[in-house]
Formats: sequence, C-alpha cells, structure tokens
Amino acid sequence: MSWTTEQLAGLVEPDRAHRKAYTDPEIFDLEMERIFERTWIYVGHESQVKNPGDYYLAQVGRQPVVMVRDQQDQVHVLFNRCPHRGAQLCSARQGNAGNHFYCSYHAWTFHLDGKLESMPAKHGYDGTNLDFEDPEFHVSRPARTDNYRGFWFASLSEEGVDLKTHLGESAAAFDQLIDRAPGKETEIVGSCFRMIQQSNWKIFLENQLDSSHPGVTHESIGKAAQHLENKIREDGRDVPMELAFLSDFARLGHDGWTKFGTVGYRNGHSSLEGYMGLRPDDPDTNEYVRLMYEAYGEEKAEEILGINIHHMLVYPCMSIQPPLQQLRSIRPLGPDRTLTEIWHFRLKDAPEAIYRRSLAYYYLVNSPSTMVNADDLFNWWKCQHGLESSASEWVSFHRNAGQDIDKDGITHSAPESMSEMPLRHMMHAWREYMTAGAGD
Amino acid sequence: MADIAQLLADRDALAIADVSADTQRAAEQFLYRQAELLDEKQWDEWLALFTDDGFYWMPAEEDQTEGDGQPNIFWEDQDLMLMRVARNEHPHAHSQAPHNRLCHVVSNVLVESEEPNGDLIVRSRFHCAEYLRYEVRNFTGKYRHYLRKTDDGFKIAVQRVDLVNREGPYEYVLQWWL
Repeated sequence: MSWTTEQLAGLVEPDRAHRKAYTDPEIFDLEMERIFERTWIYVGHESQVKNPGDYYLAQVGRQPVVMVRDQQDQVHVLFNRCPHRGAQLCSARQGNAGNHFYCSYHAWTFHLDGKLESMPAKHGYDGTNLDFEDPEFHVSRPARTDNYRGFWFASLSEEGVDLKTHLGESAAAFDQLIDRAPGKETEIVGSCFRMIQQSNWKIFLENQLDSSHPGVTHESIGKAAQHLENKIREDGRDVPMELAFLSDFARLGHDGWTKFGTVGYRNGHSSLEGYMGLRPDDPDTNEYVRLMYEAYGEEKAEEILGINIHHMLVYPCMSIQPPLQQLRSIRPLGPDRTLTEIWHFRLKDAPEAIYRRSLAYYYLVNSPSTMVNADDLFNWWKCQHGLESSASEWVSFHRNAGQDIDKDGITHSAPESMSEMPLRHMMHAWREYMTAGAGD
Repeated sequence: MADIAQLLADRDALAIADVSADTQRAAEQFLYRQAELLDEKQWDEWLALFTDDGFYWMPAEEDQTEGDGQPNIFWEDQDLMLMRVARNEHPHAHSQAPHNRLCHVVSNVLVESEEPNGDLIVRSRFHCAEYLRYEVRNFTGKYRHYLRKTDDGFKIAVQRVDLVNREGPYEYVLQWWL
C-alpha cells in the first residue's frame, strides 16, 4: 500500500503508537525521505578530521557522505561519489586524501572542496557539454551543511529551519561537551565502537529516556557489581567509583527511578535530568572543579556545572550524555536494523582521572563486551519480533499519560514519576515530520 | 601489568625462539587447556590460570601498545572477570538465556621467547564458534600470551586477543571471553 497523510497521522495517538510504524518497509522509506533526508543529521565532530586532507565517512539518511578538511583548513561535507560514473571516492572509513580526491576508476581528481581538478586525456572532452566550472561535474554537496561549535550536520533539503533553530534547547548538550572542559575545547578519542541493533531506530531512542526499564533490564549487572563492591570492601581495598555506574541499577531497583525528571523540547528533542551524580564529591572531581573555577571564574563555572542534563536526545539521530562525555549517532539501515556509532570525548585540561571516568563508562556500558547494553539489545530485538505479531496493533505509552506539564512549548514529565512522556513526545514529533508537506 | 603490555609491544612479534620439544609441548597444552576451560565454562579454573595481577585484553586497534587508559573491546583484571562471571550466571541475565555454547580450535602455536627466568611469550591463532539463540557466529583471531613460570605451573600475565574484524561493526555483544 502507499500511505496517505491521514493514515500516517492515524499511526500515533496521544498514548499509543501503531506497530506498523516500527515494522513496515514502506514507512521506513518514508521516514528516510521525510525525516532523515530532510531535517539536520549529525555527520561528525571536527576533531575527527584534524589535519588537511583528513576525511571521515558518514551517512545521511540512505546517502553516503564524507567529511573532509581542505588545505585551507575548511571542513566540508560532500557526497562520497564521483560525478563521472558514480564510484565512491573514499572507501576507507577514515584516512587522509592528500591534496585532492583521486577516483580509482578513471583518475579524475578533485580539490578537497569538491571542485573538478583534472582527468587523463582531458582533450577527449573538448567540444562536449562537460564544463569544469559546472557544479554538475564537481563532487556535490548536500543542500545545506553547517556546524554548531565544531559538530557538523547536513540537511538534504533546501528548505527548513537553520541548524541552530532546529537544535533549539538541545544545543545545550553540545555546549556542555565543550564548556565542561577547563581548556574550553573538547576532542574526540580514537575511533568509535560501531554496533548493529537488530531493531527499529525509534525503539533505541525510546529506550534511552525510559526510566522504568533500567532497574529491570540491568538487574543482573547491577547485582554482580554490588557483589564485586562488597568483595573489594571485604578485602580492605578502595572501591573504584566507576562500579557505581553499574551497581546503581541494583541500588535503585525496579521502581527507584522516579527522582529523575524528563523534558520534551521543540522538534522532538528531549532530555533526562539528574541521574548518576552529575557532580560527585571526591578528590578528583574537586580538583576538576578547582580547574573550572580557574578557567571561568566561580560564577560562570558553577553555571556550567549546574546545567541539569544527564542525557539529551537530538531528534532523530543522536543520544548525548555530556557529564560522561559520550555521544552516539544513529544510522537507520532498515526497519529492523540500526547502526550506532558510539564516541567519547576528552575534556581539554581536565585531570586524567576525569577522562578515566568517562573511559570506564564507555567500556562498561557501551563497548562490544558490555554487560549493560547486551541486555538492552536483546530486549529491542525481542520487541522487533513481537511487533511482527498482530496480537495487538498498538504499542502502549500510557505511563503517566495525561499528566504531562506543558509550559512555553516545553513539556515536563509528571513529578516523582517514571513517565513515558518522552516516548509520547517523540512519536508526536514523528507524526509532525511524517505528515508535514507530504502533499498527497 | 601495563609493563607487560608494553614489553609485548617492544618485542619482535614475528620472532621464534629455539625451544625444547618439552617447552613447545607445555605451551601447546596450556593454550589448549585455556580454550577448553572457556568452552566448558569452568570459570574458577579458568580464572585461576591468570596471575593475581593478570589481564585479559582485546584491543580495539591493531597497533595498540597499551590497554590501560585506552578504549578496548576487553580490558579486564581479576575483579572485572569475576564480575562478568557473576553477571552472566545471574538468573536474570536474560540475554544469556538460553546460555551460549562456545567451541574453540587453537593452532599455529609458536613460542616467541623463552625468558631467562623461564617465562614464555607464545603466539597462536584461534577460531571460535558461538552458538547463541539458535544461530552460529564465528570469531577468528590471534592470541599472544605472556606466561609466567610459577611453582604452580604457567600463569597468564596477559592474554592478548586480536580479532581479525576488531573494527566491527559488531552484530552482537561479546558477553564471554574468546
């Protein structure tokens, strides 16, 4: 079938969403067209391409792009495609192109801003329609590219709001990634972990701010970490702080997550507040705070450290945890397949111990040997299978429905709840994106 | 321990030591036993193969010379290894239900160095099939072991595991060691 605007709108109700939104291949194609190939999609951070000639591959919707730094130190986002016969220009995931892109098929070369430079036996094009100045023969670029403080995005649509307007309140997550550095710069570390989820991209986003799942899903690792903490204590050793990232799952239990509020912003973005001790009281943190005071002055430093964001979802393509310097980008591959790229950052001039803390979280929670995400991935895979069944047509988002608090275009979850507000909020944004300007 | 990772990085990883047949055999038997204990889930015995300060290390990058302070696929001391056993054996570790099965084949065993104190550096290759949720996944890679000679036989100071496809993408999570 082909979906009418009315049918698409009917897939989302105030407190539930239709299973087809997660399973239908045609809906997936429409999502690519109307969401991922229209709005602003994250490409990468400028520190991934530090030197002239450095490039890094990414994907915007279904389309392959390359982020590259040219010899004049300008960053460009281009389609990774030779205008001649369509061959990929860069095939390694990351590398250095040197002074120009060189196509391995017929040796066409391009300046790093995409402009056609040359090709062998050029005279063969004399008197033809090939014009060196015509953008048709350059490596083309997405309709719009822009960056927010070094975080690069692309939009494949000429129309729509600018990047800053699109990000709105969610830009605070990028500010935090940078401003929390005493050296006022952030740098991506190494390369990312790439994990495939055998489930729909929306199931991932919904999970991230679902505060009623962690105590249940992650009970086994929570208990095992508590067990280890006790053993270390019995041995008379100091318990490493990072074990609390795991043992908290058990300490808070199935229903102890009510103290963490969630907030829904314009354009589908949302955040989780407060969880995991944004500012523990230990010598390393205190030294870090001292360095922040030194760099910014007390008032400004307190303002930066007082921002209450544990986790920000930048709809539809990112999950960011600024206090832990983690960033994840989401690349949907199909209705039941999603690639995620997980990065972590080093805050310039912060004590090594602060970096080690974020590295420990990266390892324990997000690495390919994680015992946390393993249980999430399995649940999402099970959801994807379950949603194939017509036992019910609906996915329930009823927890604290009708109790959301709207104020100035921003939605807050009911106090002391594990509200499914962010799930409802994102599906309502999904409906807006899917039905906007559909023209049928 | 980080010293041993660095020592391995500084050594010629293509060197072959001239060792006795007994030493060669002892190295082989040790590696086969290590793999068998993993396959048979004999965790106490497997953990006892490591020195008290031993590490199981799967680097994220081929040219990685250190595990400490770096992103890794695995970087686990006795504490984290114990936690992994406790977690995976927990009745609510639902992504481990039903339990997986592992089957290793270890081969190409080359003793790289026999140290004056009797410690060995040993290289080998492995193939491991994992059966989980009714599907088989295959892992292939290179082992490099630093084996410390003790009164109690050889103990692992470092087991370095380099997967051929370490960059991913990972279609799975490695919940057990390879």
